[in-house]
Amino acid sequence: MINEKIAKAFDTKNKKAFIAFITAGDPDADSSVRYILEIARAGADLIEIGIPFSDPTAEGTVIQEANIRSLRNGMTTDDVFEIVRRVREKSDVPLCFMTYANPVFHYGYDRFFAKCEELSVAGIIIPDMPYEEKAEMEPIANAHGVSVISMIAPTSESRIKMIAAKADGFIYVVSSMGVTGVRTEINTDLATILQHIREVTDTPAAIGFGISTPEQAAKMAAVSDGAIVGSAIVRIVAQYGTEAAPHLYDYVKRMKEAVSQIPGIME
Amino acid sequence: MSKGRFGIHGGQYISETLMNELIRLEEAYEHYKKDPEFNAELAQLLNTYAGRPSLLYYAEKMTKDLGGAKIYLKREDLNHTGSNKINNVLGQALLAKKMGKTRLIAETGAGQHGVATATAAALLGMECEIFMGREDTIRQALNVYRMELLGAKVNAVTTGTQTLKDAVNDAMREWSSRVYDTHYCLGSVMGPHPFPTIVCDFQSVISKEAREQILEREGKLPAAVVACVGGGSNSIGMFYNFIEDKDVELIGCEAGGKGVDTPETAATIATGTLGIFHGMKSYFCQDEYGQIAPVYSISAGLDYPGIGPEHAYLHDIGRAQYVPITDEEAVNAFEYLSKTEGIIPAIESAHAVAQVMKIAKNYSPDQSIIICISGRGDKDVAAIARYRGVDLHD
Repeated sequence: MINEKIAKAFDTKNKKAFIAFITAGDPDADSSVRYILEIARAGADLIEIGIPFSDPTAEGTVIQEANIRSLRNGMTTDDVFEIVRRVREKSDVPLCFMTYANPVFHYGYDRFFAKCEELSVAGIIIPDMPYEEKAEMEPIANAHGVSVISMIAPTSESRIKMIAAKADGFIYVVSSMGVTGVRTEINTDLATILQHIREVTDTPAAIGFGISTPEQAAKMAAVSDGAIVGSAIVRIVAQYGTEAAPHLYDYVKRMKEAVSQIPGIME
Repeated sequence: MSKGRFGIHGGQYISETLMNELIRLEEAYEHYKKDPEFNAELAQLLNTYAGRPSLLYYAEKMTKDLGGAKIYLKREDLNHTGSNKINNVLGQALLAKKMGKTRLIAETGAGQHGVATATAAALLGMECEIFMGREDTIRQALNVYRMELLGAKVNAVTTGTQTLKDAVNDAMREWSSRVYDTHYCLGSVMGPHPFPTIVCDFQSVISKEAREQILEREGKLPAAVVACVGGGSNSIGMFYNFIEDKDVELIGCEAGGKGVDTPETAATIATGTLGIFHGMKSYFCQDEYGQIAPVYSISAGLDYPGIGPEHAYLHDIGRAQYVPITDEEAVNAFEYLSKTEGIIPAIESAHAVAQVMKIAKNYSPDQSIIICISGRGDKDVAAIARYRGVDLHD
């Protein structure tokens, strides 16, 4: 499936994207609307909106706690759609959802992706729905113009080409073992992983997990098509609560600049 | 459709980081389960270390008192470490060792699986780390100390409801950060494929023995076999070799908590709906948006919001029947078995005893019922005393 909304996110001057993640409803719906718009204004090329889940097994402490705060405030999947509707009144920034299999399954795949289509949400990332299981959902998502984003991990090895060949939208390359969270060092041989991906597909591949500094973002974007940052953004929200907007703006602007300065691949 | 399905249930809903490890585990298991040397080694451990075969005990006083079916108890409580958990743990630990792993991690609720894992790790010279909800470390403090005595590190999990599901969450997170030297020794017939199959195979020794033992004693199959169900490892072990015996009723007893009409319950079949969680499609206690419910039971081992996929399937096809038992009924059964037969069962197993106390009279004296006494109740004595308002520290 050619996903023009996602392709647009990677169609920057140097063909590198800065992708930001934020948990919806943390600390409340109004703040989420403001923060998503602010992150877009600061230059994020694509924003992943986390639909909170009670048991986010792929998340480290920072995003786990954001999920808990959001759910404690009564956030539901319908409330998240409402946040996106309000964002869409003011912005056409490319958006994806990130959540776990159960909230989507329970909402009903068709009903869920019909909503995504209506709100122009371009893709969905589900860490607990690997290649082997996505067939129950992907055709329904695609029918509504939504890409199911594939993840590739440091342990994927021989699976890389199999996954990449069928990938749609963009590829989420997991930088490190374990869960999401800020890391001081990323030691995975990402260049080799990217090389395997490039052998089978032109689908853009962005790296996430553990990235928090402009230097790290630049380094990751240099070997791939973009950097994804979640925990570092969620941490700003955790620190400043409803007053996080200027801090988010400054942070995202710096990160986007770092990614923009990477020389593009010569045509 | 993906691998490891039981009807619509099961599958491998897990992060990409763990997929290759699950594939390796499946390959290793398929290889070693046919390996005579591996099987001989495991049989040796089960027989000379864990104390198998476990007794099938005729509970004569209980039979007379309840009136009706002859009641037999499959005494998994007599295994080394005091529960059925050792059956699976010795199998998985041996398999992990063959795979070159040097470290075991595990979740635990009541602490029985944690103790069994710590024991196997000590025996096989492996490092061991246990994840246990903070709430459960308080309810089952004795088992925490037992694990530490055995050389394991116990991590008190402080997220969510601080019980079994949160312990599974953290064990999965830990495994995904360190798969190369670590095996996640999952304790129930749950999680992503191949765990439900591996754990079922290792626990099926319960019904393999029980079926032979009852045929020898009674000359015919039992009318029913009854076991408690959280994730469902002792019950699948108790059911497995009777599944093809269509006349044998299979009855699983879920933790009803304070009642299935209250939010304080962990009865998944009675109150749950279809979902995807902890690597599997199955039934889960959850809200209308698919958020996993904070379940409750007096029994830390049954305090889990899901049920293994094979049980969900046995329920779907009507082969097994699942009934909820309240805290009050379980505590009464705990006391009843202690006084009547001199056997203090685990509060988990007491859920199965409670069901038989209700139904024994519906059967005739030439029929028999087997109850799986999945564990011994020493660990629960303090909690039962608290439930009855007795302060043991006076």
